[in-house]
Amino acid sequence: MNSSMERIYNGIVKENPVFIMMLGMCPCLAVTTSVTNAIGMGVSTTAVLVASNVVISLVRKIIPDEVRLPAEIVIVASLVTVVQLIMQAYFVALNESLGVYIPLIVVNCIILGRAEAYAMKNDVFPSLFDGIGMGLGFTIGITILAFFRELLGAGTVAGFRVMPSFYKPIDMLVKAPGAFLVLGVIIMVMNAWGISSRQAELVSGDGCVGCAAADSCGAKGKENCEKKEEAKA
Amino acid sequence: MSGETSLIMIIIGAALVNNVVLSQFLGICSFLGVSSQVKTSASLGGAVIFVMTIASAVANLLYTFILAPLGLDYLQTIVFILVIAALVQIVEMFLKKTSPGLYQALGIFLPLITTNCAVLGVALNNVTDGYNFIESVVSGFGTAVGYTIAIVLLAGIRENIDESDLPAPVKGAPIVLFCAALMGIAFFGFSSLS
Repeated sequence: MNSSMERIYNGIVKENPVFIMMLGMCPCLAVTTSVTNAIGMGVSTTAVLVASNVVISLVRKIIPDEVRLPAEIVIVASLVTVVQLIMQAYFVALNESLGVYIPLIVVNCIILGRAEAYAMKNDVFPSLFDGIGMGLGFTIGITILAFFRELLGAGTVAGFRVMPSFYKPIDMLVKAPGAFLVLGVIIMVMNAWGISSRQAELVSGDGCVGCAAADSCGAKGKENCEKKEEAKA
Repeated sequence: MSGETSLIMIIIGAALVNNVVLSQFLGICSFLGVSSQVKTSASLGGAVIFVMTIASAVANLLYTFILAPLGLDYLQTIVFILVIAALVQIVEMFLKKTSPGLYQALGIFLPLITTNCAVLGVALNNVTDGYNFIESVVSGFGTAVGYTIAIVLLAGIRENIDESDLPAPVKGAPIVLFCAALMGIAFFGFSSLS
């Protein structure tokens, strides 16, 4: 159990997908208008992530290396569709407020990233705990972001008013620009405290840095392919 | 949006009012990652316009003629992502053969676009909004133009910021995010257009 706790700790603290790895930025900024939305998104993403890690780890020896990515995408897309149908059936209100971001879990870098970086190389159990850890890390990260946006932007937390009545909410924070602003402030504070994250790489890279498929697509993928061919020759 | 909205309104709506990056938060990874130089970001913008317009057209045809009549619309996520991935590959091969110049300019960005959530997002939004073929293509094009406007503007700002003396904690991602936030506020001005 020691190593499984280590995987969970790794996902929540050491490689936190939101604040350290800066993965999955789109849902992270889009659904953090309220704590409820953030937790809903976090739980759905965790469910997909855990299931996809397990499935991919189970079939990893059957999938030929060349079609690895398409196979992973199909598995993830099927799992997302399952989650989407469950949401439509049982969580109608949440499904409506998350909207298009539920099907977009497919292209969330975290999921393909963990599939490529971990599940493809490890057994089922470690992959399961890796999924749980990363999923929790993502959920906690976006919930923190949502907490500040909702608290200061609407004066509420998960719909309950917590700020005193004389507090005038800063509307802008729950609107689109607020997402960039609050995340920027959080990372700035982290920088000031000396917590290093990969953000410098992210903003000055070639756009592939945060992406799971970086090793097999884009400029780097081509390099890798050429290397492989050279090795064969 | 109502059915009688003109095509021009769809373009303005997609490009400025509901800007894909600044108000819908799609394609953030490349928006932050590939915006350090105006030239590269403009090439990426070109590639996105190209792929997104074609992807919207293909996704609409698939949805209207295959998925909807067979009652398989719950498969749209799976089908769209595969179609987009395959399409990007085909476009890449096609460009390589027919116009090497364009391929040189857009080449490395094409595979990147497969995982750009904006492309899938537009395809799914077109279905939700009930757009017909022409409207889908126009909305895909408009959204991509909005993406290009946003990323080129951000790249322009970042090229200038590089020269300036910033406090250490703000360097890197925070300043880029702050710029994006200010751009978002500016784009709010367009909401009165709709």
